[in-house]
Amino acid sequence: MGARGGIWPAVYARMHWILLGLAALLPAVDLLLPPEFRLADLVRPIFIFAVLGMGLNIVTGFTGLLNLGVAAFMAIGAYTYAIATCDIYPFQLGFWTALPLTIAVGAAAGIILGLPTIRLKGDYLAIVTMGFGEMVQDSLKNLDVITKGTQGINPLPSPTLFGYVFKPETPLPWYYLFLALLAVVVLLTRNLERSRIGRTWASIREDELAATCMGINSMKAKLLAFAIGASFCSMAGGLWGAYLGSSGEPGNYDFQISIIALCIVIVGGMGSVSGVLLGAFVMIGFNAILLTKLTAFLAQHGWTSSDNVFTSPSNWKYMMFGLALILMMRFKPEGLLPSRRVKAELHEYDKDVPRQAGGATT
Amino acid sequence: MGSEDAEDQREGGRELMTDSEVLLQQVIIGLSNGMIIALIALGYTMVYGIVELINFAHGDLFMLGAFLALTIAGALGLDAVSEGALFSWGILPMFVAAPIFCGGVNWCVDRLAYRPLRNAPRLAPLVSAIGVSFVFLNIGLLWGGLPMEVFNMGQTAAAPKDFPALVSNENLLGESDITLTISQVLVFVITVPLMIGLSVLVRFTRLGKAMRAVAQNPVAARLMGIDVDRVIGATFIIGGALGGVASVVYALYNNTIYFQMGFRVGLDAFTAAVLGGIGNLPGAVLGGLVIGMIRALTDQYIATEWTNVMVFAVLILVLIFRPAGLLGTHAQEKV
Repeated sequence: MGARGGIWPAVYARMHWILLGLAALLPAVDLLLPPEFRLADLVRPIFIFAVLGMGLNIVTGFTGLLNLGVAAFMAIGAYTYAIATCDIYPFQLGFWTALPLTIAVGAAAGIILGLPTIRLKGDYLAIVTMGFGEMVQDSLKNLDVITKGTQGINPLPSPTLFGYVFKPETPLPWYYLFLALLAVVVLLTRNLERSRIGRTWASIREDELAATCMGINSMKAKLLAFAIGASFCSMAGGLWGAYLGSSGEPGNYDFQISIIALCIVIVGGMGSVSGVLLGAFVMIGFNAILLTKLTAFLAQHGWTSSDNVFTSPSNWKYMMFGLALILMMRFKPEGLLPSRRVKAELHEYDKDVPRQAGGATT
Repeated sequence: MGSEDAEDQREGGRELMTDSEVLLQQVIIGLSNGMIIALIALGYTMVYGIVELINFAHGDLFMLGAFLALTIAGALGLDAVSEGALFSWGILPMFVAAPIFCGGVNWCVDRLAYRPLRNAPRLAPLVSAIGVSFVFLNIGLLWGGLPMEVFNMGQTAAAPKDFPALVSNENLLGESDITLTISQVLVFVITVPLMIGLSVLVRFTRLGKAMRAVAQNPVAARLMGIDVDRVIGATFIIGGALGGVASVVYALYNNTIYFQMGFRVGLDAFTAAVLGGIGNLPGAVLGGLVIGMIRALTDQYIATEWTNVMVFAVLILVLIFRPAGLLGTHAQEKV
C-alpha cells in the first residue's frame, strides 16, 4: 500500500491520528440513532482494549516476544486501582493518583516476571507468560482476604476532574476521558517507536543475534519492553476498573482476554499503532457489541431457543475468532493496517526458497 | 484431576492412614494422572521437535476425542459396569475410534492451516494454531449441545458431562487402606506400551529415522530424498492419535468431561513438554510424571486451590536453572 504515490503515504503514516479523530466525532452520530444504540456508551470498552493492545504491541509487535499473559497485567491493574480507591481500604486515592500508581505497579510486575524469564527463547517465554496469567488469576482468587475472592472489590468511587464527577449514567464524558487517555498512550507509543529504544526493539525482533553483535544489550531492551508493555496493560486494567466501578472477579481476566489482546494486535497489524486501534475496533466491536446485540435481537424475536445451541450467535463466537485468525495468517499475516517494516519482514520469504527451520540452525 | 480423588479419600473415612500410606496413595494418583499428561505431552513435543510449532490446538483435539468417546458410549447405550466385572468391552470401539479420529483431524489441520505457513515467520503458524484451538473449542461446545441423552439433555451445552464408569473403580488391594483401582491400572496398561512402541518407532523404523532427520535439518533431509511433508504429516497423525488414546483414558479415569478441558489439561501437558525439554520424547514423559506428582502432593500437603500456581512456579524455577528444560540441550545458535 505504501508504494502508491501521491498523498496516500502521508495519510497512511498519520492513520492513527485520523482514527482517533474519527472516534472523537463518533458521538455526533448518536444524535441520529435511537437511544438503545448509543455508540458513546458501547464504544468505551474499545478504548480500554486499545490501550491493552498498545501494551501487547510493544512486547510482541515491536520486540517480537510472544506474551500470552497480558490478562494478568490487566488484572493486576484493575485490582491495584480498586484497592487504591475503594473505601473499604485505607488508601482511598482519587482517580488521578491511583492511575499513575496502577501504571507503576504494572511496570514493577512486568519487571518481576521479566527478570528471571527474559533469557528464555521465544516459545519458552510464551508458556511462562501463559503460566503467569494462570498464576495471577488463581492467586487473586485464593487471596480472598485482600481481593474479596470471586466477589471482586466494589463499589469504586467515580473519577473526578477539576471538581467534575464522572457519573456512570452519563457516558459521554467517560467517552472523551478514555479517548484522551488513549491518545496520550498512542502519542507515547509512537514516540517510543521512533526513538533509540524503538529502533533497538525492532533490531531485536528482526535478528537478535545480529543486534547483540552490534553492541545492543538485548536483555535490558527486552526487559524495558516488558515493563512498558505491562504498565500499559495495567493501565488498561485500571481504566477497566473505573469503567465497571468494580475490580471485576479474577475469572474475568482469563486466557481469553490475553487471546483477544493478541487478536487485536494480529488482526490490526503487528507493530502498527494504527493497526492496534483498528484491531481493537474490529475485535471488541464484533465481540462485545455486534455479537451481544445480535444475540439479544434474535432472542427478542424468538428466533433462538435455549434448547438448540446452534441457533445462538454467541455459541459460534470462538469459531469466528478462530477462523479469523487462521484466514488472517494464511492470506494477510501483516494485518489490516500493517507496519511497513513488519510487512517487508513477513514477505521476506515469499520467494520459493525453503527456509532453514530445523534444530540448531534457525 | 487429582483433587477429586484426594477429596474422595478424605471423605471415605480413611483418616486412620499412616503418613507413609498417605504418601503412597498420592504417589499412585500422581503417577496415574502424570501418565495421562505425559501421553498428551508427547503429541506436543513430537510436533514441536519436527516443525518447531507449539500446536496449541492439541489440547482441544484431545477434548474432541473425549467427546467422540462419550458419543460412542451414548450410541452403544453403554452404562456403568456391573459389580464384579472389571471393565465393559464397550471401551474397545472407543480406543479404536478416538485415535483414528484425532490422528485424522490433526493431519487435516496440518494440511490446511499449518503447511501453507511452513516458510512463514515463526509467529504465523503459532497464531494459526491458536485459531484452530478456538475452532475446536467451539465444535466441542456445539457437540455438547447435541440432543443425546449422554450429554445431559436439559442442561446447557457448556455443562460438564458425566462419563459412564465403564471401568470398575473397585479397589484391587481389597481391604487395604490404600486404593488402587482398575481404572488406575488401565492407565498404565495403555500408556506404558504406547510409549515403548513410540520410542521403538522413532529409534528403529524407517519412518522414525526420517522423522529424526527432518527434525535435525529439513532442508538437508529433503536433499537426501526424504518426503518432508509426508513425514511431518505422519508426525501429526501419530501425535494426534496419542492424544486420542489419552482422551479415552482420561475420560474413563476421571468420569467427567467438559468442553474447556482441552485448555486446562492441554496447559498441563504443554507445561510438561516444556519442563522436560520440548522436542525431547523421554523429557515429555518425565515432565508429565513430575507435573502429576506436583499436583497430587500439593493437593495433599498444601491446598488444592494453590495447585496450578505450584505447577507454574516449579516450571519457572526449572527454566531459570535449566532454560531448555530438564532433559533438553540448548543448541548453540549459528549464523
